[in-house]
Amino acid sequence: MVNYIWAFLIFIGIFYSFITGNISSLNESILTNASEALDLIFNLLPVIVLWTGILKIAEVSGLLNKFAKLLMPILHKLFPDVPKDNEALGYISSNIAANMLGLGSAATPAGLKAMNELQKINPKKDTATPAMITFLILNTAGVTLIPTTILALRVAYKSVSPSEIILPAIIATFCSSVAGLTLDYFIRKRGKKWK
Amino acid sequence: MEIVSKVILPLLIVIIIFYGVKKKINVYDVFLEGAKDGLITTFNIFPAIIAMIFAINIFLDSNVLGFVIKHLNNLVGGINIPLEIIPMALLRPISGTASLAIMNDIFKVFGPDSYIGRLASILQGCTDTTVYVIALYFGSIKITKIKHALWGGLFADLVGIIMAIVLTNLFF
Repeated sequence: MVNYIWAFLIFIGIFYSFITGNISSLNESILTNASEALDLIFNLLPVIVLWTGILKIAEVSGLLNKFAKLLMPILHKLFPDVPKDNEALGYISSNIAANMLGLGSAATPAGLKAMNELQKINPKKDTATPAMITFLILNTAGVTLIPTTILALRVAYKSVSPSEIILPAIIATFCSSVAGLTLDYFIRKRGKKWK
Repeated sequence: MEIVSKVILPLLIVIIIFYGVKKKINVYDVFLEGAKDGLITTFNIFPAIIAMIFAINIFLDSNVLGFVIKHLNNLVGGINIPLEIIPMALLRPISGTASLAIMNDIFKVFGPDSYIGRLASILQGCTDTTVYVIALYFGSIKITKIKHALWGGLFADLVGIIMAIVLTNLFF
């Protein structure tokens, strides 16, 4: 899908520039683009490197695990179909904990392992179980406490208060998670009634 | 309210380092190790950043968006949302790098402390690459019947987008 969108953006942009006669600005845009990407990487780099360093301490000291354990009681409620001692719940909680702290690279492996464990208790191997769907909705709602890349860019563009967006972003992400889970809950309930 | 936003980051850093010291971890060495990982991760996303900045800039510089918005406005009548935020909201579930490239453009043109700059920041922060994550996670275990996972996730994103607009107006 990304392939098509990428090609689409380029085609549309070039095509429209041709019909409006903006060929010289199109050329300028093509040639200056790459250096802008380099600027972006250099803007992101310092904050990301700093934050992954800090988070490594949380990982090695076991704080991340401890944080993940705090989520367990909530997970038992959200995933009633998954046995309480199933390893999947452990992976789900580390996935969420890592996502919350903005540690995307640690979140993905844990998330994939969680899906793997959930697949083991799935009776129909080509069909998603309710637990998988709940997990993905929770995951894609994107609960993040520290949005590292955004902070980095705000700093780079000389924001007066780069971190002012943290609280509203947390509230928004919380609302979207609750909305997603509520919808999921009602769909599941209706599904059960039909059976 | 603003003070809460400002306190979260330093507070988290103090808790993490304090816990590390308490557990007798070589915090400095571990920090360096993690920072190195961060360096590698950032350089790994460099090709994707170049690809997306390239496509997004050609698209935005052509001003085709202005053309579309003008006609949309005629149809629905004055939508009170800044125009660059629309492609960003549409691309956010599909590619985090693409929406990051648009946010970069918004910061460059309007500044991070403008209304649209703040809205873009909150939008980027409160949603995730739903389509990509679902494709990756279900693909890894070969599940083809995904039921309501995709539109459930997209519904959550939509609520996130609406909340981002509401909260930007409320907070600033």
